[in-house]
Amino acid sequence: MVYTQSPLAIGLFFMFVLGVLGISFYFARRGSSAESYYAAGGNIHWFTNGIAFAGDYLSAASFLGITGMIATAGYDGFVYAVGYLAGWMVALFLVAEPMKRLGKYTFTDALDAKFNSKGIQLMAAISTLVVSIFYLIPQMVGAGTLVTPLMGLPHYAGVIIVGIVVTIIVATAGMASTTYVQFLKGALLIIFSTVLCGAILNRGLSTAPNQGGTKEYHKFVTLNADESASGDLQLADSSYSVAANWKSSAFGEGGFVMLTKEGAESIWHINENPEGGYLLEETLYTTELADGTKLYNGAEAEKGKFFAVGHMKEVIVNGQSVVETGALGPLDYLRAMQNSTVVLWGKKYVHDGDKKFTIYYQKPTPGSKVLRAGLKFKVDNATTTQKLNYISLMLALFCGTAALPHVLIRYYTVPSQAAARKSTIVAIAAIGFFFIMTLIMGLGAMTNGVLNITDSNMSTPLVALSFGVILFSIISSIAFSTVLGTVSGLIVAASGAVAHDLMNNFLGLKMTDKGMVMAGKLSAVVIGLIAIYLGIIFEGMNVSFLVGWAFAIAASANLPAILMILFWKGTTAKGVATSIGVGIVSSLGMILLSPDMYVRYGLLPTDAPTSLNNPGIISIPLSFLTLVIVSLLTRKDIVPELDAEAAEA
Amino acid sequence: MGHGPAVKLGKDNASPYKAALGVKMFFAYTFVYAVFVALNSLSPATMEITFGGINLAVIYGVGLIVLALIMAVIYNIACCKAEARLNK
Repeated sequence: MVYTQSPLAIGLFFMFVLGVLGISFYFARRGSSAESYYAAGGNIHWFTNGIAFAGDYLSAASFLGITGMIATAGYDGFVYAVGYLAGWMVALFLVAEPMKRLGKYTFTDALDAKFNSKGIQLMAAISTLVVSIFYLIPQMVGAGTLVTPLMGLPHYAGVIIVGIVVTIIVATAGMASTTYVQFLKGALLIIFSTVLCGAILNRGLSTAPNQGGTKEYHKFVTLNADESASGDLQLADSSYSVAANWKSSAFGEGGFVMLTKEGAESIWHINENPEGGYLLEETLYTTELADGTKLYNGAEAEKGKFFAVGHMKEVIVNGQSVVETGALGPLDYLRAMQNSTVVLWGKKYVHDGDKKFTIYYQKPTPGSKVLRAGLKFKVDNATTTQKLNYISLMLALFCGTAALPHVLIRYYTVPSQAAARKSTIVAIAAIGFFFIMTLIMGLGAMTNGVLNITDSNMSTPLVALSFGVILFSIISSIAFSTVLGTVSGLIVAASGAVAHDLMNNFLGLKMTDKGMVMAGKLSAVVIGLIAIYLGIIFEGMNVSFLVGWAFAIAASANLPAILMILFWKGTTAKGVATSIGVGIVSSLGMILLSPDMYVRYGLLPTDAPTSLNNPGIISIPLSFLTLVIVSLLTRKDIVPELDAEAAEA
Repeated sequence: MGHGPAVKLGKDNASPYKAALGVKMFFAYTFVYAVFVALNSLSPATMEITFGGINLAVIYGVGLIVLALIMAVIYNIACCKAEARLNK
């Protein structure tokens, strides 16, 4: 895809970044104590904290990933939104108030409040670091993805910009600045997403989306062809030529054929014609040459031969077939989608000699299938493992939210348990409203002729671009500040784990208040550099896939410990420490040995020792079981309950 | 650095009530969520049934989000009343 940079977009981007830095420096002058750095002094208003929760949570994965997944796989992207939001009920009903009661600066504080155990301090700090770093990677990759269309910079430049800006933010002011940055960003995100949804509904659905009359949609060509008695492919349009071995070639075996017209090659998807012969449908494809060069529809990206896609094959409103619907309300929009047919895009890989082709072909799909599970996750006629994979993912999403360290530390920024509860409710309202809008935004991106088929993460900014450069500029800048804010929160959580949990508590380096803040800031710089490095080397990796890892690890390592400490008096320090360790090792191990990872290693997925891609269904119960067994075996270690004030406060 | 909350918290006599209510509401919501996951994975065709032109999958998914907010508000009202009653 070729993007044209807009001075307005670049100007707005710099305005956002400078605004974020301004807030950061302002709060840096207001407080330098450990309470200020790690917990914003515990004085944030619950409403501000609730919107900041939403800002933290609506990360690149939510804002870019979910909408992008809905744009390419329909309802299967939306179930991520449902799972993420449902996880907040675990946070509200079970975790919010006790976390506020028990903790001070970090998630480890809450786990260790009862025991003062070196084992818990070490394992919880490692868990915080591992989860934070796994959550950081997709944010940095998302940043790199955004700067290409926004500023025309390469991926690594975006990663470095985010890394430097965030490290400056965190190394200057800590939790107070990240809270206000997240508040601002969360509020803007919801406001402008509402504007975008309104624009999408106002435009409605069309079989030839022309972006409000500003851009003509690509006219897809279909060719008629017959197979002669000798096996040659005879095309109705004689301006195309085809190789004699079309059927036995690598393309033919994949269901495609390469045609040549005036020296230019193109790949076509072969479909049986109900009236006899074949119908050849136009495809989009990328080619990776032996020297690593990548071509788009047979030419360099700069030539602009690779075009945006996304349209309705047929639009049905009130039983009538129409070309376009005009403005629709949200329910009518969903009804029209339900009754119509959308052209989605399948993907196949073909190796021809030393060239690797990725071919995207049209897949007309009834709206009734788009708006239910099954396009991304196999649930129809699925094997038990495929069903378990789906259930395991939904379990990890449900259990992961209340175990994410950067979410949990936000409970320390408010003044009371009631404020912790109320801020969670504000977060649920804001996040829930946004997640419902992702359905409209995703379907809008699916059907407005804006999709970059090679990178679904860009769907939201690109559908905004179809409504003009101003909305695109604002949405892209918000998306970028989304990454800034989330990365800030993650680095605060991770630096707290290093400075407070590992250095101060576990290693016993009794630091002064100022010393601990300095240690936290230095840790933030080091973690920032690690995040920049990982963001660059993980370029191109699926953002949602990586976030799924972070949720599974957090749910396996942290949630059993949190819940059992709160609800089972028989829990011992050794039980907690062992369960965190088993949770990290089992979830991480299963991910690294999963079929999806084997594909990334260049191996066959069938060779993977486990057939599950999502470890939660095994690793979460295993972590619970470990905690119970080890606690029962070490019951003599149980210490008296918290002192009365801490327990009852 | 010692442990304990970042700010001094007052005594909260409503904690046991709120914890018990939270557990009950958690299990109620978890049940509704579990049915959603089970229908999607074990009986996806059921989710195609339409009500007023909108299929069950969308109604259930959006419904779970709306239900979360409704239950959260009810929980907060109950907790606020308990705090007012027990922390006089």
